[in-house]
Amino acid sequence: MALEPAITDMEQLKSRAEVAALLAWNASAVTEAKLDRDQLIVWLDRTALRDACLVLKNDPQLQYNALADVTCVDWYPREPRFEVVYQLFSTTKKKYLRLKVRLSGVDANIDSLTPIWPGANFFEREVFDLFGVRFDEHPNLVRIMMPEDWEGHPLRKDYPVEGYR
Amino acid sequence: MAHMTPTPVLDPSQDQTMVLNMGPQHPSTHGVLRLLLEVDGETIVRIMPDIGYLHTGIEKTCEAKFYQQVVPMTDRIDYLCPMTNNLAYCLAVEKLLGMEIPPRGQWLRVLLNELTRINSHLVWLGTHAMDIGAMTVFLYCFREREDVLRLFEAVSGQRMMTSYFRIGGVALEPPLGWFDRVKKFLARFPGNIDEYENLLTNNPIFVNRLKGVAYLSAEDAVALCATGPTLRASGVDVDLRRDLPYTGYENFQFKVPTSTVGDVYARYLVRVAELRESQKICTQALEGMPEGPSKADAPKVVLPDREKMKTQMEALIYHFKIVTEGFTVPEGEVYMPIESPRGEMGYYVVSDGTAKPYRVHMRSPSFANLQSLRTMCEGRLIADVVAAIGSIDIVLGDCDR
Repeated sequence: MALEPAITDMEQLKSRAEVAALLAWNASAVTEAKLDRDQLIVWLDRTALRDACLVLKNDPQLQYNALADVTCVDWYPREPRFEVVYQLFSTTKKKYLRLKVRLSGVDANIDSLTPIWPGANFFEREVFDLFGVRFDEHPNLVRIMMPEDWEGHPLRKDYPVEGYR
Repeated sequence: MAHMTPTPVLDPSQDQTMVLNMGPQHPSTHGVLRLLLEVDGETIVRIMPDIGYLHTGIEKTCEAKFYQQVVPMTDRIDYLCPMTNNLAYCLAVEKLLGMEIPPRGQWLRVLLNELTRINSHLVWLGTHAMDIGAMTVFLYCFREREDVLRLFEAVSGQRMMTSYFRIGGVALEPPLGWFDRVKKFLARFPGNIDEYENLLTNNPIFVNRLKGVAYLSAEDAVALCATGPTLRASGVDVDLRRDLPYTGYENFQFKVPTSTVGDVYARYLVRVAELRESQKICTQALEGMPEGPSKADAPKVVLPDREKMKTQMEALIYHFKIVTEGFTVPEGEVYMPIESPRGEMGYYVVSDGTAKPYRVHMRSPSFANLQSLRTMCEGRLIADVVAAIGSIDIVLGDCDR
């Protein structure tokens, strides 16, 4: 099985119901989309994330009613350095969708998804703990893995693998 | 850890509640889970899980290793189902590489993956029953688990940290006579499940402690990101083996046990039914085991056989290159979810085109399931917390990573 090149052309990706629904809702919210190795990725504007999730959740054709995962990738020293990654899942259609939001290192904060999925709580705390991305309106944004007096955010790329000596 | 210092929710002048610390060293928290229970008499007002005691920074460590060196790290995340973790990681990297595994490799993976599920569920059943007070079941379960661990040892040389699945297939062909041993075990195993069920399913003490306890509705389960048997016992029919088949699961016939009751007893019934289904899948895998190679034909990624490496110059060169320089993986990213014994185990691997992963993230089912504990336990008695923890089958290594 040879690798097929990823599709990034928005016109081609409009045939996917997820992209079409998001574009119909607010075309300026979708900054980029990509179909890579059969997995669809949609980049969203930071302010649009929560509403976009509601659109995807309530659309009767899509029914992305569950949040599978929240994580983050640090592209330091590139700016915007953070990419917060959301995996949405539909328990009825059995499909995954990946949403991504780019955040700069200067003001790395984004709306929390806990009002939609209370289960986002721990995932967002983990991203906050290990990357230092802040989630607005999160009910309890404190460290979850590291001790509370820990300095720094270990999964950032400028944090050495063996820690500061 | 230690960041969830409880803040009083009630007016201190009323002085009605107290905070009870449960764990991290507590036999029924299944590892080092610390729970802060705010109790009003025997009733739970608030429950605050405190985790992170086993955080070892595996995700960070992975970024400094070659792709193939990450496999042994994945064993150590969830020590009850090492093969499932191996599999999820290998599938993610294979997807990044665009690599196809020959049928025999896939069927071996299914067989071992289901044996791992049996292993994990046996530990769950034994410890869960012991939490409730049934000591005998624990001994029975560990007797069968020992058999499974011996099978793992025979095939991989290790009882627990197997690292048997490699990128591109499996490490070695199983030794001579191994399939017969598995067959014998599988023939005996349904009788063993009957034995456990005789002791528990209709036992009035067990049933009374479990029925109606720690209820979780279907809406709550989805909203709280519950997965696996916890989700299925609440009536949401999701099993990734059937819904998004990987590594050849589409060739197997099996039922996905569900229940709409949503209490601890329902979760117990779902998992015991899963034990029986796993036994059936294993039997099908044994009967239909295809002949042929068990590794992909990709000399730049898969280590050559020992024999070839010792006799052929080319194989030796590839071996040397893979071990010292690793292999490069084309740029891209993959999220690979599979059904572990505890639920959706997802590996999110990002490649920047080098020989080391740019980012490896494990979406672990225990971490997700832990969040539903609050909904399950609040307003109930302290004794029910023990039953609820057992019912979500938490593994703290998986939770903290």
